[in-house]
Amino acid sequence: MNALDLARWQFGITTVYHFLFVPLTIGTSMLTAIMQTAWYRTGDEKWLKATKFFGKLFLINFAMGVVTGIVQEFQFGMAWSDYSRFVGDIFGAPLAVEALASFFLESTFLGLWIFGWDRLPRGLHLATIWAAAFGTMLSAYFILAANSFMQHPTGFVINPVTKRAELTDFGAVLTQNTTVATFAHVISSSFLVSGVMIVGVSLWLIMKGKSATSMRSTLKLGAWVAIVAGLLVMYTGDVQAKIMVQQQPMKMAAAEAVYTTAENVPFSIITVGNLDGSEAYWAIDIPGLTSFLATGHWNGPESTVQGINDLQTKYEKAFGPGNYAPYVPLIFWAFRAMIGLGGLGVLFAIFALFITRREKTPTSATIKWMSVFALLFPLVGISAGWIFTEMGRQPWIVYGQMKTAAGVSPILSTFTVGLSLVVFTLLYGALAVIEVRLLIRAVKIGPPETVELMDADDANNGQTLTFSY
Amino acid sequence: MTHDQLAIIWFVLIAVLWCGYFVLEGFDFGVGILLPFIGRNEAERRTVVSTLGPVWDGNEVWLLTAGGATFAAFSLWYATLFSGFYLALLLILVALIVRGVAFEFRSKRGTASAPNWRRNWDWAIFVGSFLPALLWGVAFANIVAGVPLEIQNGNSEFTGNLFTLLNPYALLGGLVTLGLFTTHGAVFLALKTEGEIRVRANKLAGQIGLVTAVLAVAFGLWTQLSHSNNKAASVVVLALVVLAWVGALAANRLGREGWAFIASAATMVFVVTFLFVCLYPNVMPSSTNADATLTVQNAANSQYTLTIMTWVAVILTPVVLVYQSWTYWVFRKRLSPSQIPDPERGSLDLPHEVSA
Repeated sequence: MNALDLARWQFGITTVYHFLFVPLTIGTSMLTAIMQTAWYRTGDEKWLKATKFFGKLFLINFAMGVVTGIVQEFQFGMAWSDYSRFVGDIFGAPLAVEALASFFLESTFLGLWIFGWDRLPRGLHLATIWAAAFGTMLSAYFILAANSFMQHPTGFVINPVTKRAELTDFGAVLTQNTTVATFAHVISSSFLVSGVMIVGVSLWLIMKGKSATSMRSTLKLGAWVAIVAGLLVMYTGDVQAKIMVQQQPMKMAAAEAVYTTAENVPFSIITVGNLDGSEAYWAIDIPGLTSFLATGHWNGPESTVQGINDLQTKYEKAFGPGNYAPYVPLIFWAFRAMIGLGGLGVLFAIFALFITRREKTPTSATIKWMSVFALLFPLVGISAGWIFTEMGRQPWIVYGQMKTAAGVSPILSTFTVGLSLVVFTLLYGALAVIEVRLLIRAVKIGPPETVELMDADDANNGQTLTFSY
Repeated sequence: MTHDQLAIIWFVLIAVLWCGYFVLEGFDFGVGILLPFIGRNEAERRTVVSTLGPVWDGNEVWLLTAGGATFAAFSLWYATLFSGFYLALLLILVALIVRGVAFEFRSKRGTASAPNWRRNWDWAIFVGSFLPALLWGVAFANIVAGVPLEIQNGNSEFTGNLFTLLNPYALLGGLVTLGLFTTHGAVFLALKTEGEIRVRANKLAGQIGLVTAVLAVAFGLWTQLSHSNNKAASVVVLALVVLAWVGALAANRLGREGWAFIASAATMVFVVTFLFVCLYPNVMPSSTNADATLTVQNAANSQYTLTIMTWVAVILTPVVLVYQSWTYWVFRKRLSPSQIPDPERGSLDLPHEVSA
């Protein structure tokens, strides 16, 4: 492996890892805010317990998201300096705005929320979690605008002297349809992930007989959020797919392993064939579904999906010799894993609602295990989605403008990037073990039996702290 | 505004962001470095960590903003600097990761149920604070003094390695930031705690502050004489550094903790200002090839981007300052070990572990 391959592995590993925490942060911050609002409005203690409990899980997770996020910003300059030089005039702006507008907001107000339970009046304290939750969404918007520029560059010109991309329309970068559709898809999938997490944890605790009143309410909340989010994920995914067919037809062709341009292209649920899908021996197909996903038409000339081979010929003419197809087996399966695992998450939420209907408490050991592992469905699904999106863009780092191989830092040695890859992988692995153990403990302990709150005056007069590090 | 003016504005804004970072995460680092020594029991150590609890994460965002702003306004500087200082930044990243999770995780387990847990995280906090406190000084000293840069494929590229960066001048710079941040942290602790910790922090601030003063004067003079592009201006700022530091140490001695903190914070601001004044009009001078030197003008991004970013900064920075200041106001009360209920117990100890 050379420095380029290692730099790509490093980016893949650190980014997928970071994004395990991101959707949980986005979804759970707002769902915790909703629980706290329910307590604030109704005064019902079950919602306060739920807020405290899911807030605790959220914070263990948030810490990991924060620290792994710093690596993301530094990595562009460290390992991808030529990429940074080429797109910096455009790509740097949303990153800087993200830090200034959203990182400050989420980190400062979360600090206020964690330590402010007995320092702030209740309404103001509630506002801090909403501000933090809003900050996480805003942050997602800017980083996805930057990513969308890589998927579909817009609002720029290439400076003929420096050969660097220069921003001409920041509004276009922030509001192009790629950005809007991606944001909607990522946010709805984040709520799916968080919804399923809350359902799984609540179900487990109900079966354990702990804080059942509180957990039945959170189960319902989580399940309905997961179901509605699941529908939105489908809808936004569909919108995104149709945009993708226009902007990156090769990605859609690879997702379906369509080699030759055709009408009425089927969608294969399962295929036995060679690895890259160029030959199938046996398959279960839904006729015309791929055409429909890509174009909105089942058959006829309008249902035409361009094939990998034809696109390859077209790109060779436009960009010169080279391989313009991504690694098809990975894209084909990542696409299915994304849809399938996301769908399983929604099914689990419906199932959990069904088995707990009318105050029922399931007892089966299988269901208990399902509740433990259910979170993995949408979480692995969302990772598969990112792997699909990013690997499906290859060989480009900025679609049609710069190839990935041209973006890596020219001075980066195999040793240096190999070392950092090993360091990050080992460190992240160790932290994952510690984090999961802590989360398991937090769930085992469950929501607090009683919650005592001081009022702000007492707290400021030097009473004991309700929360300290 | 012209492109040249915008580029200068962004050079100043990035200096401002680093000022914020040195002032805020500076004392975070200091507190982290002092933690294993100043806290003699669990209640004290938890008090020390809790002084940072609500603020450390927001403080660290100043670094992310400085990084993002450099990317947005001076992509060529960002690219050459970050790829050139790769291994040093790797060390800083690992330190910041370990330190951040350590704050969140250390009190999750109790001393009875997990005997080594807190000690290990305390060392993680110590090392995670010590390394960046040292390495930011090393990095800035190298930036100001210049590093080997050559033009390759039209870009300025770093041609040295990690050991090029560990030269005597830069290491002295590292010791200076280490000393400044540690003292600044001690001053902060004296301001934010009550009882024994406050007394010890006050004493440590005086002692470490004196050693730092000697190192800082040596480094300041070396920089002024050998590496300043604007000697008349930089000597004035250097004098301000010295004045502010003397003020901080004097106020600390008199037990005027608020004034001591203001003065040590001012020192951080003047130190960053001094380095940026010495550096201007360069952003990253080459020690081997003058043509490869990156300057405020040749590394700046387009006029359009700089204009937009200026509007964003002008509107958002005051808002950030207001709500971050408000956080410090909300948590203005001093902490004391007596306020930590059941200090030996971990918040995620299971019921049977607590009773055992």
